[in-house]
Amino acid sequence: MTDILRNRIILLYTVVLFIASFSMFSLEDNTSKGLLSLLNIILIIVPLVSIIFSTIYTYNSSEFIELLVSQPLKRKTIWLSSFSGLAASLSLAFFIGAGIPIMVYQWNSIGFMMIAMGILLSIIFVAIAMLAVVKTRDKAKGIGVAILLWLYFSLLFDGLVLFLLFQFADYPLEKPMIGATAFNPVDLGRIMILLQMDVSAMMGYTGAIFKDFFGTYTGVIFSFGVMLLWVLVPLWFSTRKFNRKDL
Amino acid sequence: MIIASNVSKKFGRLKALDNVSVTCNKGECIALIGPNASGKTTFIKTILGMVVQDSGFITFNGNNILHHWQYREQIGYMPQTGRYPDNMTIGHVMDMMKDIRGDTVSLDEDLVIAFDLKSLMKKRMRTLSGGTRQKVSASLAFLFNPFVLILDEPTAGLDPVASEILKGKIITEKEKGKLILITSHVLSELDDLVTQIIYMQEGKICFHKSIEELRTDTGEERLNKAIAHFMSNQQK
Amino acid sequence: MKRITSISFLLFFIYTSEAKTLLVGKQQAVKSVQQAIAIAVNGDTVLVEAGNYHEKNLVINKTIFLIGLNHPVLDGDHQYEIISIKANAVIVDGFKIIHSGVSSIEDFAGIKIYNCRDVVIRNNILEDTFFGIYTQHGLNCTIEKNTLIAYSKQEQQSGNGIHCWKGDSMRIIANSISGHRDGIYFEFVTNSVIWRNTSFGNMRYGLHFMFSNNDAYITNIFKSNGAGVAVMFSNNVKMFHNYFEENWGDGSYGLLLKEISDSYIENNQFGKNTTGILMEGASRIQMEKNSFLNNGWAMKIQASCMDVTVRKNIFIANTFDVGTNGSLVLNNFNGNYWDKYEGYDLNKNKIGDIPYRPVSLYSMIVEKNPPAMLLFRSFITALMDKTEKILPGITPENLKDEHPMMKKLF
Repeated sequence: MTDILRNRIILLYTVVLFIASFSMFSLEDNTSKGLLSLLNIILIIVPLVSIIFSTIYTYNSSEFIELLVSQPLKRKTIWLSSFSGLAASLSLAFFIGAGIPIMVYQWNSIGFMMIAMGILLSIIFVAIAMLAVVKTRDKAKGIGVAILLWLYFSLLFDGLVLFLLFQFADYPLEKPMIGATAFNPVDLGRIMILLQMDVSAMMGYTGAIFKDFFGTYTGVIFSFGVMLLWVLVPLWFSTRKFNRKDL
Repeated sequence: MIIASNVSKKFGRLKALDNVSVTCNKGECIALIGPNASGKTTFIKTILGMVVQDSGFITFNGNNILHHWQYREQIGYMPQTGRYPDNMTIGHVMDMMKDIRGDTVSLDEDLVIAFDLKSLMKKRMRTLSGGTRQKVSASLAFLFNPFVLILDEPTAGLDPVASEILKGKIITEKEKGKLILITSHVLSELDDLVTQIIYMQEGKICFHKSIEELRTDTGEERLNKAIAHFMSNQQK
Repeated sequence: MKRITSISFLLFFIYTSEAKTLLVGKQQAVKSVQQAIAIAVNGDTVLVEAGNYHEKNLVINKTIFLIGLNHPVLDGDHQYEIISIKANAVIVDGFKIIHSGVSSIEDFAGIKIYNCRDVVIRNNILEDTFFGIYTQHGLNCTIEKNTLIAYSKQEQQSGNGIHCWKGDSMRIIANSISGHRDGIYFEFVTNSVIWRNTSFGNMRYGLHFMFSNNDAYITNIFKSNGAGVAVMFSNNVKMFHNYFEENWGDGSYGLLLKEISDSYIENNQFGKNTTGILMEGASRIQMEKNSFLNNGWAMKIQASCMDVTVRKNIFIANTFDVGTNGSLVLNNFNGNYWDKYEGYDLNKNKIGDIPYRPVSLYSMIVEKNPPAMLLFRSFITALMDKTEKILPGITPENLKDEHPMMKKLF
């Protein structure tokens, strides 16, 4: 844990986030544009850094994990503490780097939602990274898988959704679309933030339907629940796999 | 103390362990030798629970190790190459290990002192040389005064002086009646340490003999000559 | 009392001494307005003192000036049309008119003008009326400074605030209308002006405008109406300095232009609408110096529009600037300020050196496939928009602003 915190990359990440967020708020003449750029950071950069850093870090500490396994410790404990160390330090980095500027400039529900989603996405992608690591033995291949996963969640999934939308354009797709978002935490995070931001556009014809769902109390609970599942399910699988893994 | 029965392990097509059965008792110092990729490290890892065997079982003091992870309290392990988180100091690592073991009373700091690690406590792991890391690994293995010591290539990367210190330590521990498992391919240095030899090849145990038996069988005094003799016999 | 003297004084000059003033009140000889109208002759003034009057249907068929003192209440008991004006040059001033009848067959109103001219209706408060002020075949009438409040719950069971059906030279000035079906309704009304009105919280349109040519509406505020403002099937309409705000929701917009031609839209402000302006079949429209702020779509121009000139407007913080449904564009964008413009100005003439394309690929996708809205602001749509900006393939090639402004003009 202290090791991860002292890690130069994490420090760099924090500082870059911090500078980027502050400059975005102060350079843009209207805060909504600053928020928009920040949204891109949360949805693209945060998952990328989270997944790549966690993957590389876990690979690099594999020998140390081996050593720990030879100690009288449950494997589950080792794996979960390694997860919580990564998750905590990446969330902290995000919170200091982006959270503080957001709180300074946007002390409202948008800001709150952004911070919450940023932290959740950080944790989710740590969990996904660790699953990728435990499934692939080779480091280069593992990092490749991590990058592919990131690409999938931030780009390919949406492309697929768009493709399907056009294939089935004749059917009412609003409801299935809500279901589809549950399969991508990035989308879910984006919608949660957008609902706080672009009210007018989201309230257009379909927007109304989504708003009716995601905007309600149950919708928010649902989204947070699904995102939590996105942490727990990969974590559970990776722990199970790690328990049986040969080191 | 440690009994392995019919342990097999496959990595893909490669048979790393093939029906291995071994009994190791207190007070023995066993050398696990064999060419590269003969399954030595895999066997050690199986004992440590780092590799889970496909079939067969291993018991430690009569308990199947698959279900009793606590047995590892009684093992000190020194890996082939010790790597630690880059940004932790030696002190941190030691403290962490103590924390894991939860035992700070019966510490055996002989090696820590002998290797003069106290003065390096504040150094970060990434700044250390390979040899110093080995010293840390060795010190950690002995630190908690375990009943069983498993040392994977202990002298590789150590300078002759450190190597001698370590050997001395191994001998004292052996005399205390502990079980010591060493893998090595540098045979000569094991001469004055070991009581028994397990020779492995292609995942199989070729023989498991006490050093006296080996000497009488082959008529060679020096260990490496004895092994060489055995191997050439086998090839005939 | 001052007012009465001044009015009397005025009347003295206009009409000669034969005009008389009748006072109506509980303590007066004439107890009801009905009675007073019966007695009165053309040119007389009827002054009504404060109080509640249940007059059923008051029919004014003589040129009289009906003036309320301190807003006497005329109550229609949810059964009657309260005032029916059937004579020219009538003035109705200073009443509080409440509870008109509601009917699905007849258009009951608070005040209704039947086929007459030069009528003035001012300073009245109309509350809970079916239609508020209704004119048919009105000519040169003035409806001024009235406050109309209705509490409609369903579109079918509510009437319009100020309803003008066939007329000419009407003046609708400084009224405040809320809670009706349409705030102001114009059908077949020509050469008229709608000025300084506030129309908000109406069920359907703030202003509903059809088949009415050569009209102007200026400095009105249309806010939070069900579907905004609709201007349809008319030509020569001038819309200046109006505010179209907060028309949110399913198929709602600040301003709907349908089959409009030869019109001017200038210096208006469109803020926080789902769609700022929606144009269908509009032609020869000049749009200048309007500002579009925080709308979902600032403008939607359907392919059926032609010769629409959009210049010197400012577009700030809109989700989408311009949406369209076809690739053929016969409209002209020039010299607008777009906050999404990413070009540069090397020669420092305050005009961007590369054109701005206000239609994004994603906005077209959403237009065709509304559920795609869920992908809004996602990486892939941003990527698609960027590629499309560099190599336009799907978005209309010639829909662009050749000379976008670097700084906003106002």
